[in-house]
Amino acid sequence: MEQGLLTPEDEESLRQIASKIESYEKDRKNLIPILQMMQETAGYLPKEAIKMAAGYLGVAECEVYGVATFYNQFRFHPPGKHHIKVCMGTACAVKGGGIILENFERKLNIHAGETTPDREFSLERVACVGCCALAPVAVFGETNRGHLDQETVHGHMTPSAVEGLLDGIAIEKQMKERVLKRMEMEKQIEERVGNVDESDG
Amino acid sequence: MAKFLVDNREIEADEGTILLQACLDHGIYIPNLCFVKGMDHPSASCRMCFVEVEGERQPVPSCTVKVKDGIVVKTDTPQVRQLQRTAFQLLMSVHDVDCANCPSNKKCELQRIAKFLKAPLKPRALEIYLKEPRIDESHPFLDYYPNRCVLCGRCVYTCGQRNAQSFLAFSKRGFNTVISFYGAADLSTLDCPNCHACVDVCPVGALVLKEPAKRTVPASSDLGLTPKPLEV
Ligand code: SF4
Ligand code: SF4
Ligand code: FES
Ligand code: FES
Repeated sequence: MEQGLLTPEDEESLRQIASKIESYEKDRKNLIPILQMMQETAGYLPKEAIKMAAGYLGVAECEVYGVATFYNQFRFHPPGKHHIKVCMGTACAVKGGGIILENFERKLNIHAGETTPDREFSLERVACVGCCALAPVAVFGETNRGHLDQETVHGHMTPSAVEGLLDGIAIEKQMKERVLKRMEMEKQIEERVGNVDESDG
Repeated sequence: MAKFLVDNREIEADEGTILLQACLDHGIYIPNLCFVKGMDHPSASCRMCFVEVEGERQPVPSCTVKVKDGIVVKTDTPQVRQLQRTAFQLLMSVHDVDCANCPSNKKCELQRIAKFLKAPLKPRALEIYLKEPRIDESHPFLDYYPNRCVLCGRCVYTCGQRNAQSFLAFSKRGFNTVISFYGAADLSTLDCPNCHACVDVCPVGALVLKEPAKRTVPASSDLGLTPKPLEV
């Protein structure tokens, strides 16, 4: 399982984890609480964190991994800026949730549970999100440094809606970048004009 | 010593011996996958070793029964066979049967059970469900075939018996459960004594030594070491 490189934020999270772990009694009953603390801090369980938990409690790494993979709650890939949850609850599964998930996987070129290498998107399959009348459902979450900011529910999903939503995000990103570039340029021009003014005066 | 009856045959074994063990020791075969000789608390997870014990309302897994003086055991009743065939069919519904290309061919416990129960290796009525990826090659000298694995746990148990902690573990859940050797990609950081007891104890062809050319760490047999033989 490849996770890619650690970002400076990840490294900072790992430093925090290393100091927080000290407050736990060295007993294997604390494995799950420690994993929860790690995920809370880093947004996911980096390999380095699993190693740390194993070393701290004196259990094999594969056992820590085994326990962590048993629970849906733990993630092994960093959350993307856009975290997409595709519902595979009964109603959504019947209404073609699987096809929706597959479309996201294909468009993003990752599997459920993974994150795109640029950390823009992460994909997750979830059980009923509680609005079965809108099946099939996908929930888009915006994350900020690993923590969820806001979520939007998209009902009656279709393959073309998958494409539309992803394209929408890409376009929005491009527009933001363009605006930023223009502001940068205007600033530069202003500075230059300012300089001219000064030399005039 | 306890004296008791199995299929009308009188058998003697130490009181408290695991019934399955006592039967196997006396040449009475009961299909089994998850039991390893010497286990104190068998997991009884494969559900193959059912027998009927007089006084019990339902068949019981013989790996969970301790021998007592005077018990009366039947290994071959219609109800026992039905339970075993069902368990076997379900196991095989997630199995990639390709014996001709499997290192376990002819010594495989599944083939033995199929023959014994007169059950087909490929369950006819059930859809076959296979896991991806087909092979886990992340270990320096082992390969793991999840679609041959019966998740009996023998490898996990055996490794844990040999070492302070097992370097193999169950991971994931439900249909996706697999054996993982997470953390073993760099063997130098583990205390794995390279005994491949896990390979020897696997009742099927799920855990095998890598082809010599692909091993990044030599297996003990390459080094001329003879690992302590297993008692199975
Ligand atoms: S594990 Fe046994 S049943 Fe399965 S393919 Fe290999 S020999 Fe055949
Ligand atoms: S690899 Fe072999 S011994 Fe280990 S759980 Fe699978 S079938 Fe059993
Ligand atoms: S099953 Fe998808 S919202 Fe309920
Ligand atoms: S050997 Fe008894 S349940 Fe597996």
